[in-house]
Parts: sequence; C-alpha cells; structure tokens
Amino acid sequence: MAPTAQRIEVTLETLLESVDLAEGIVKRVAEASGFEEDDVHKIGMAVREGVINAYNYGNQHDRHKKIHITVELQPEKMVVHVLDEGKGFELTEVPDPLAEENLLRTSGRGIFLMRAFMDDLLVRQRPAGGAELIMSKRLPSGSENGQRPPE
Amino acid sequence: MASLQATSRRTGDVTVVDFSGKIVLGEGSAVLRKTVRELIEGGHRKILLNLADVDYIDSSGIGELVSAYTTVQGVSGELKLLQLTRRVHDILQITRLFTVFDVQSDEDTAVRSFR
Repeated sequence: MAPTAQRIEVTLETLLESVDLAEGIVKRVAEASGFEEDDVHKIGMAVREGVINAYNYGNQHDRHKKIHITVELQPEKMVVHVLDEGKGFELTEVPDPLAEENLLRTSGRGIFLMRAFMDDLLVRQRPAGGAELIMSKRLPSGSENGQRPPE
Repeated sequence: MASLQATSRRTGDVTVVDFSGKIVLGEGSAVLRKTVRELIEGGHRKILLNLADVDYIDSSGIGELVSAYTTVQGVSGELKLLQLTRRVHDILQITRLFTVFDVQSDEDTAVRSFR
C-alpha cells in the first residue's frame, strides 16, 4: 500500500504564548519523524519565525484572529504551513537583511532565517485572505513516511 | 522563572552582563532591552554582554542585540559580545552580524579590548 501523508492541524490564538507552543508541537513531530537534534532545532526555529511573522505582521497582535498550523508528513518530507488572517504579503517586499544598509535594522530577519533552516520556503497569498508560509524539510534517510526506523 | 536572567558586575571600567537563558520574543528580549537601557542611564559606556549561557536566540532577540549595539554607540559607548554558544554563533554568522559586533572568546582579552 502506497504511503499516505499524515497530517496534524492546530489552530492557535494570536498570543505571544502561541510562538513557544507552535515550536514545541512541531519539534515533537520532527523528533518522532527521526530528525537528528540539530535538524529538530532548525525546524523548530523556522516554525517559531513563521509564527512570529503571523503574530506580529500578519495578525498584528489582533486577538480576534487565529494562526493556523498544519504539519504534513509526506513520504519524503515534512511540510509545515503557517497561515495567518492578515492582509498577506509578497516575498519581494521583504528587504534583504544581508544588504549593508539593512544590517542594523532591528527587524526583518524572520523570512531569511526560515529559508536558512529549511530546504524550501514558499509564501502564498490565500484568496480568502492571509499569508500562508509553506516550509519543508526532507526526511532523514532511513525514515519512511515520517516514521522513525526501528532500533 | 524568566526566560532570560541577567546579572551585572564590574571589571575595571567595563560592565560585564552575564546572561542565562533565551533571548527570544517577549520576556527574554525585554530583559535584554531593560538591562542595557538601565546601564546606559546609569552612565555605563563600556558594556560586555556575556552570552556563554545563552543557548537560543530568535529574530526578535537578534533585533534587540542590534538595538542595544546602536543605542550604546549612540551615546559614544562600546558594546561587545563574549563567548557565543554554537547556535547563537551560527545565527550571527549567517545574518552577517559578525561584521557588526566585536565578538570575543575570552573575558580578559575582551575587557582589555575596550578603548
């Protein structure tokens, strides 16, 4: 039987506490999927940055809005979606934090860090509104469909 | 318990702040911000942030470090970093902030390096 994707969906309040919560949930899934400690940390950090983005810029601290997290374990990769209920944005609008003139900026590194820690990052503007960050990391070899290999 | 603890001490005319915990969005970043602000208000101009016990920093924490740096520079002071853990080191490296901060690995050398 062909492996199917497993999926976890979580809806979080637009609260500061949701940043740690989202990171913790996704790190647990990453650990269970067989990722090594360093990659678990990177995945957690990337999700953390995605939720910070949703909290600060997407939902703008509005407690009436939600942050939607989906974790998918596909046959070869783990995919995390972070969706806010804001106005959306284009990646091209985000200044390059590595540019000399931006090095002393106190914000604007979240997207860059997500890209650095994950294998892939997309930003999609949802028709119904909101920005969806879709980030993925290839499962470690020997791990089938997100299952840790037997010891 | 706060996600970041800070204690200050003096070595000659340099103020060393020993941090422990995480410099992240919320309480951690706020502790860093408050600590540096209070030092500046107290007239401290040579500040060494000891990050040997900081194992985690996010983009907000990086923003606060940069803000601390520019604020101290703005009052003609110096702010340096001491003993980065591997994860903090890697983040500062990939964000090119190693070209901004003076990062030292040894406290005595760090203290002597202030003008």
